Amino acid sequence: MSDIGPPRGAGPLARTEARLAWGLLAPTITAVSLVVILPLLAIFWISVKPVSLSDLRAPEAIVREDLRGKPSVAGDEATLRYRLRNSSPKSEITGVTLTDSWPVGLSIVGDLDPRCTVSDAMLRCDLGDWEGGFRDTLTIPVVTEQAFFDQATDVETSPVEVDGKASFVLTNGDFTFKNFVSVFDGGEFWSVLGVTLFYTIFGTLGAMIMGLFASLLLNHSFRGQGILRGLYLFPYVAPVIAVAFAWILLFDPFSGSANALLIQMGVTEGAINFFGERPLALIMVTLFEIWRYFPLSFLFILARMQSIPTDMYEAADMDGASPFQQFWYLSMPQLLGILSVLFLLRFIWTFNKFDDIFLLTGGNAGTRVLTVNVYEQAFAVSNIGAGAAVAVVIFACLLLFSVFFFKVISKEEGL
Amino acid sequence: MKMLRFGSLTGPLLGALWTFVLAVTVAVAMSFATGEAFRPSLLWSLLFGGLTGFVLVGRGHMRVVVAALCIVYFAVLSLGIGPVLTGNVSLVARLAAALFLGVGIGWPMVRFVEDLPMGTLTRHEFEGAVIMALKGFGYIFFTAIVVIPFYVMVMTSLKNQSQLMQNPLDFSIDLSQGWGLFRSYTELMTEFNFGSYMWTSFYISVLTVLITLAFAIPGAYAVARLRFRGQVAFSRSILLIYMVPMIVLALPIYIGFSMMGLRNSITGIVMIYPVTTIPVALYMLQGYFRGLPAEIEEAGLMDGLSRLQVIWKITLPLSLPALASVSLYVFMIAWNEFLLAFMLLDDPSKFTLTRGIASLNSSEIPRQHLMAGSVIATVPIMALFLGLERFMTKGLTAGSVKG
Repeated sequence: MSDIGPPRGAGPLARTEARLAWGLLAPTITAVSLVVILPLLAIFWISVKPVSLSDLRAPEAIVREDLRGKPSVAGDEATLRYRLRNSSPKSEITGVTLTDSWPVGLSIVGDLDPRCTVSDAMLRCDLGDWEGGFRDTLTIPVVTEQAFFDQATDVETSPVEVDGKASFVLTNGDFTFKNFVSVFDGGEFWSVLGVTLFYTIFGTLGAMIMGLFASLLLNHSFRGQGILRGLYLFPYVAPVIAVAFAWILLFDPFSGSANALLIQMGVTEGAINFFGERPLALIMVTLFEIWRYFPLSFLFILARMQSIPTDMYEAADMDGASPFQQFWYLSMPQLLGILSVLFLLRFIWTFNKFDDIFLLTGGNAGTRVLTVNVYEQAFAVSNIGAGAAVAVVIFACLLLFSVFFFKVISKEEGL
Repeated sequence: MKMLRFGSLTGPLLGALWTFVLAVTVAVAMSFATGEAFRPSLLWSLLFGGLTGFVLVGRGHMRVVVAALCIVYFAVLSLGIGPVLTGNVSLVARLAAALFLGVGIGWPMVRFVEDLPMGTLTRHEFEGAVIMALKGFGYIFFTAIVVIPFYVMVMTSLKNQSQLMQNPLDFSIDLSQGWGLFRSYTELMTEFNFGSYMWTSFYISVLTVLITLAFAIPGAYAVARLRFRGQVAFSRSILLIYMVPMIVLALPIYIGFSMMGLRNSITGIVMIYPVTTIPVALYMLQGYFRGLPAEIEEAGLMDGLSRLQVIWKITLPLSLPALASVSLYVFMIAWNEFLLAFMLLDDPSKFTLTRGIASLNSSEIPRQHLMAGSVIATVPIMALFLGLERFMTKGLTAGSVKG
């Protein structure tokens, strides 16, 4: 009688359900960990490695084999030649050995190279250690026999096997903190961080304010509302590369329409180099960010606005609240939740944005943000390690933001 | 503010500001359309607008006002004075500008101030008029900033380099050249292989959509419906994962692909694109699945269907609209993707459309080709978007926390 009571722990049904759930999630988890988690771990690994772009290929011992001397009849002399090369200009390959089947119908003339031996129709050579950029030629003088022509032996068809131990920088035990030191060294990092913060804060706020205005415009139905709503989404839906180039042409200092217009209207005297001057370029890329992402905030805010019951406004109207008061005291408090979620999300995404600035200015003229710095370090300076170090810094910032984010979102959305 | 609340003050003030806004709009629009010199004048705008506003307070003869304003503006344009100053422009341009100004100022101004009395205004009347004017400004402003870059893009693609250098504002097109107008496009298609880029982009995007759905549907269902330990943690980590910036992942992916020989291959791209979209798709779909009534599925279970059959026969047919939204959104992400294509593809025969456009960005290739390429990339996604706007809007609101 002592066992009566509600069942404890997971019952068999619950266990089946959980198993099914994990089964359904397994493909996603695998794919995501392969492409997200693994690279993330890799970035931490690379950030402490002294690695540059040219080190990415593991050094390889390369051998080419050919027969020199064009023998035409039996008894002609020829030279079997192996050209040897270390593919890496810097890294060493140790204990290189070469193995090749000895071509039929050739016999050795004179002394064989001391490094090599021939036995059981196999040529074996012990070539020792090759430093970076090593080149050598191994020649074996031979004389041809009739069998060589009978079997039409082609020395190049038989594969040559080379073996050697190379130390590959990504997998060896060299670690360094130079990458991080070079990232934080000098004033550059702080100016990059400052630019990133300016771009992120003003880009996010601007896009949200513009989105708020746009949704106020479209928050009542009239003819053409659908068309306008579709039109206002264009900047977000179009490929970033297309609109970025359109902006570049529009604001071109020599033949851009914007400059021509400003000069014609008498606003400026000479042409302005919008994307090339120091403070202006940063303002321009921020404006581009605002322009491109206001549609998103607009959509979110509009959806929230349309779910606010209208009777509240009717009551306020009866009580004599003016339109501005209605907006400030009724709409704003209702929108505050979505605005805060939107701000955090957009803040994180703007912080992560790479394409826009990369396409508009390439990070020049004082617009280099952290993400562009990753690319600059890794590919322009070809220092992959330093690029990875910047990426680690970005990731750390991101973790910091997401803590805030989850605090807010669990309050707002109950997630 | 209280001092402004007189019809005799609000009217002229709104009139002056609105006239200046319209003067700038007309000048910009006419310059872009004809390439001829149009210039707004602040002083004249304030003068004309103030007068218009003062006259119109409390009056509502829409047609008379518009007709009168059209005639007045045509006259002053011809005289070379008024809110918009021009040089010696053609009669048609002057007529168009006058019509634009007359309707653009007359019609809204009557709406703004027709109900206002000359004397003291209530706060309601005053703010109503101001808000109407602000909204009018908003429509013009937003439409202008959205339309101008796209207009420049399309028109540049139809011109040639020397015309553009001569007058960067002249976007009028010469219709007499017939199909010659589209020669940038034909050159891109024939010489620059854009037909094949388009096809590559298309099938990569479609494959991405299919693979994403294949992964995300079961995953989303599990998160939304099944109970298991770590559910909350899992849905949070989905959100967290799609906040990881692509550039951080792109670097190790580049290295890994270089070592595995997957760089420069469509296979590599098709492997990587879906993973960037699976978290978004999963997040969007699980939201929708949660909204479906669980009772229908339970009925299916009672009638002897297995869970997988329930998903296939009940849940999926019910969520077709959500699947359409998600597919569109994923298609858009894949079609517009630039960074990975730029880093991973070097071989021109395997370029996607965005990578192809990036390769046009050099000083040797005329810029109308660049713009024609941009138009080619933009038009399909826009057409798809406008055709299925309802789904798209829904999809964007559901999942577009992603940039």
